[in-house]
Amino acid sequence: MSPRVTMATARRVVIQLRHDPRTIALLMGVPVLLLTLIKWTFDGQPQTFQRIGVPLLGIFPMTSMFLVTSVAMLRERTSGTLERLMTLPMAKLDLLAGYAIAFAAVALAQAALVSGLAFGVLGLDVVGSPWAIMGLAVLNAVAGSTMGLFVSAFAKSEFQAVQFMPVFLLPQIFLCGLFAPRAGMLRGLELISNFLPMTYAYDALHRVGTTSDITAQLWFDVAVLLGVTILAIAAGAATLPRRTD
Amino acid sequence: MPGPAISIRGLTVVRGKRPVLSGLDLDIPPGRITGLLGPSGCGKSTLMRSIVGVQKVRDGEVMVLGQRAGSPALRIRVAYLTQSPSVYLDLTVRENLRYFSTMLRVDHAAVSRVIRLVGLDEHGQSLGGELSGGQKARLSLATALLGRPELLVLDEPTVGQDPVLREELWATFHSLAGAGATLLVSSHVMEEADRCDRLILMREGVVIAHDTPAELRARTGANNLEDAFLTLVRARETA
Repeated sequence: MSPRVTMATARRVVIQLRHDPRTIALLMGVPVLLLTLIKWTFDGQPQTFQRIGVPLLGIFPMTSMFLVTSVAMLRERTSGTLERLMTLPMAKLDLLAGYAIAFAAVALAQAALVSGLAFGVLGLDVVGSPWAIMGLAVLNAVAGSTMGLFVSAFAKSEFQAVQFMPVFLLPQIFLCGLFAPRAGMLRGLELISNFLPMTYAYDALHRVGTTSDITAQLWFDVAVLLGVTILAIAAGAATLPRRTD
Repeated sequence: MPGPAISIRGLTVVRGKRPVLSGLDLDIPPGRITGLLGPSGCGKSTLMRSIVGVQKVRDGEVMVLGQRAGSPALRIRVAYLTQSPSVYLDLTVRENLRYFSTMLRVDHAAVSRVIRLVGLDEHGQSLGGELSGGQKARLSLATALLGRPELLVLDEPTVGQDPVLREELWATFHSLAGAGATLLVSSHVMEEADRCDRLILMREGVVIAHDTPAELRARTGANNLEDAFLTLVRARETA
């Protein structure tokens, strides 16, 4: 692995996005629009907006970066550029880390915009630090994009790749505690939710939203999300064979 | 006599249930342009992919520049042009080449040089997706010419190109070979065969001839290589 090639890859992915202003507008605009919509939907129950608003600041980037990266990686596989890269002096980790870094940068911009709107305009309150929320949003985005890199190996077309979002992420959103406390779920589901990355994303954001203490549990959530990211990168590397049929 | 640049023994590739190559043996000399000719589907691309180490191989040994095909150390010494252009459609010509140049450790001057070589001077700022099919193929070829490879494996590099540019590309290939590089160039166009130092004729996964163009003509008594090819195929069928 070489930092030079990793950073060149990250820069290349960002330049590709820059040539696609509509995708950037969607990445930045959709969470803004959705969060505003949720604020108005719960116009009569401001406490509900307070409860779900903060976790959503992390769930949005995880979901959008998952989608974008899985399609981007699928394109790399189907366009022949992946085969070309495999014949060049480049480690698989250079490619995967390059993607993760590029989408972390995009997520930082997205988080700044969406958090600014949430705290500045929509009146969302956090007890903890807004900077911690931003940091968690970026961490979630990186976890989401590395999971997207991995699952793209199982898609043969862009039609399939976009379907992995509802298959892979929607159940996690249902089970993470956002809609209902996990303790009240069917026991089996509660157990399953212990193994889903989104649960820890929700948990961490919820903690920062409701307390200013940096607790050991918060660090545990962060550690799990980092672990998921590393695991997804390792699994992604395993699904990138240099030799194909 | 230096050893072969590429040495293949018993190469077998199976795709699905169909054997594409079965027990192929081949030695390709260094510092020469070897043409790989045969109808589409005869196994040319599979053979090339095996040489650059991206093809799943059932059996056999492929040695390239003294190392096992696909070894990490070969990646900077071997350049590969895929049959269909592999370029980023959402990057400009120059951005595409700059990205690949980082991996190959060459500078921006090399990028400008290959853009000129493939005649894309006026399209440096065009996006890959805005290029015509032939221009995309040229951008893909430019990437293969970017480093300082000792072996170039080029799958149909001149297909569909303008005759003037094709002439220039062949001159580039000859100057690379003159400087000591080995080139393996596939084509399904027989008229390109005479530009090669040596020819490999393939049909249905089998090498039916490997010789210089002159010797092939002499052996078959044919005036052109198309006829020589037909003579060889018929000779095998009656044998």
